[in-house]
Amino acid sequence: MRMVSPVLSLRGVTKRFGGLVAVNGMDFDVTEHEVLGLIGPNGSGKSTTLNLISGALMPSEGTISLRGAPITHLAAQDIARKGVARTFQLVRLLPSMTVLENVKAGAVFGHRRRWGTEANAQAQALMEQVGLAGRGHLKVGQLTYIDTKRVELARALAGDPKVLLLDEWLAGLNPTELEEGIALIRRLRDEGRTVILVEHVMDAIRSLCDRCVVMASGTKIAEGAVADVLADPEVIRAYLGDDDD
Amino acid sequence: MRLTAKNWQGLALTAVLLGVAACLPLLTTAYWLTIGVTIALYTVLATSWALFSGPTHYISLATAAFFGVGTYTTGLGIEHLPYWVLPPLAGLIGAALAALVGLATLRLSGVYFVIFTLGLAEFIRQIITWGQTVSGTKGIYVLTSITEAHIYWQLLGLAGLVWLLGWLIGRSRLGFALRIIGDDEEVARHSGIHTARAKVLLFMVPGAFAAITGAVLAPRYVYIEPILAFTPMLSFQVVIMALLGGTGRLWGPVVGVIPFTFLWEGISASVPNQTTLLLGVAFLVIVYVLPRGFVGLIEDARARVNRAEGYA
Repeated sequence: MRMVSPVLSLRGVTKRFGGLVAVNGMDFDVTEHEVLGLIGPNGSGKSTTLNLISGALMPSEGTISLRGAPITHLAAQDIARKGVARTFQLVRLLPSMTVLENVKAGAVFGHRRRWGTEANAQAQALMEQVGLAGRGHLKVGQLTYIDTKRVELARALAGDPKVLLLDEWLAGLNPTELEEGIALIRRLRDEGRTVILVEHVMDAIRSLCDRCVVMASGTKIAEGAVADVLADPEVIRAYLGDDDD
Repeated sequence: MRLTAKNWQGLALTAVLLGVAACLPLLTTAYWLTIGVTIALYTVLATSWALFSGPTHYISLATAAFFGVGTYTTGLGIEHLPYWVLPPLAGLIGAALAALVGLATLRLSGVYFVIFTLGLAEFIRQIITWGQTVSGTKGIYVLTSITEAHIYWQLLGLAGLVWLLGWLIGRSRLGFALRIIGDDEEVARHSGIHTARAKVLLFMVPGAFAAITGAVLAPRYVYIEPILAFTPMLSFQVVIMALLGGTGRLWGPVVGVIPFTFLWEGISASVPNQTTLLLGVAFLVIVYVLPRGFVGLIEDARARVNRAEGYA
C-alpha cells in the first residue's frame, strides 16, 4: 500500500465539560481527496469533534494537526485561514446580506484571500457550482431551505479550504432535495476535495464516503471501509441500543 | 481604486454641501452660528459613533470619555504647545485609549460593553477630579484668540474627514468584515476574520474623532471642569441622534442631528428641568417607532416609489 501523508490528523483528542467526557482519545487521519464519514448515534460526540477541529472548542488533551503542523490551540479564525472550512449543524447565514455577499465572505476571508473583482468572480463561480446561479441578488431570507444550505456550502468552499467539515449538511432535506444534495456532495468528492462528513443519512454515507469513523459515547468504536464498518457487531449494537436513526 | 459616476456624484454633492455650510459664519448672526457649531459637533460625533456601532451593534457610551480627554488635552497642553498640534495629539490619545478599552472589553458582548463604556467617562472624570484635588487646582482656563467661526470651520473639516474615512472603510475589507461580524460573529470567526482585531481597529475611529472634537471645542468653554468635559449626557445624545437618523448609511446620522438639535434647543429653552426625562422618552420612541431611523423611512419610501413606477 502506498503511504500517503494525512491532511488532517487527530491524536488522543479529548474534550471534557466538567465531569462529562464528550470526546475521549479520538485518533484518526484524513488523507487528501478523501471523504471521511464521521458517524454514530446522537450525542456520541461527532459535532463536538468537528467543533474541536474547527476551533469552536479547545481540546482538553491531544493534538490536531493540519498537514503536519499543529493547530490544536489556534483560534477559530486562524484555523480557518490555514484551510479548514465548515458548515453548521443549524444553517448560519448572514441575514442582512445577499446570497452573493454571503458567499463572498468566504472568498474574501478564507484560506486563499481575494478582493474586488477576483472575489466576485470566485463567489459567482461557486454559486454556479452549488446551483445558485442567478440568485446572487436575493436576500437570504427569501431562499428555500436547501438553497440556504447551498449558500453555506458555497461560502465554505469559496476560500479554497484544504479540508471541508460538513456538519449534518443533508439533515432536514425532503427526499427530492436529498437526492440533489447527495449529487452535489458527490461532485465535491469527484473534484478531489478533502471532506469530513458528519451524517445520519445512511444512504448518503454508503454512496459518498471512502471511509468511516464510528463514534459512541465520545469514543471511536470502529474505523474502516463503509461496508465493513456498518457490518461490525459493535456498531450495530451502538446504533440499536441507543438510537435507531 | 475605480470610482463610478455615482461615487463622483456623492463626493461632489458632499463637497458642495460642506462648501455652502462653510459660508454660514459670513452670513448670519451669532445665534445661528452657535446652532451651526452644535450641528457640526454632533455630526462628527454621531457619524463616527455610527461607523463602529452601526455595523457591529455594540452600543458605545464612551463618547464623553474620549471627548473629555480631548478637552483636557487642549486644556493642559495649550500653555506648552502650539494650538494646531493639540487636536491631532488628542486624536492619537483618543485612539490609543479606545484601543486599550477595546482590547479589554470587546471580547465581552452586549450589555457588559455598554456598562463598561458608560463607566469609563465617570472613571476618567473621577481620576481628573482627584488629580485636581491633590494638586489644589479646580478648573483650567483655556484662553486663546480662536473664535466661534474658527471652531465651526474646524468641525466642518472634521465632518468631511469622517465621511471620507467612513466611505473608504465601507469599501474596504475591514468594512465588509464588520458587517459580517454584526450579522454573526461565530460565522465571521469561522470564515477567517480576526474579529477582535477588526473591532478594536474600528473602535479607535470614534475614539479619535471624539477626542479631536473635544480638543477643538475646548477654547469655546474658556474654563474647563471635569463635570463639564465628561458629561454623560453627551454620550446619550450622540446615540439618540445617530439612531434617529439611522446607522445603515453614512449620511444617516446627520439626518438625525439636524432636527434633534432644533428640537433640543426648543426643549432646553421651554422646559429646562425635564430635559433628561425627555431624552429618555425620545430614546424609547425612536427605538419603538423608527428602529432604522429616518434612513429606514426614506429607503422604504424610495422602494415604494420604485415599485409604483415598476407597475405603471
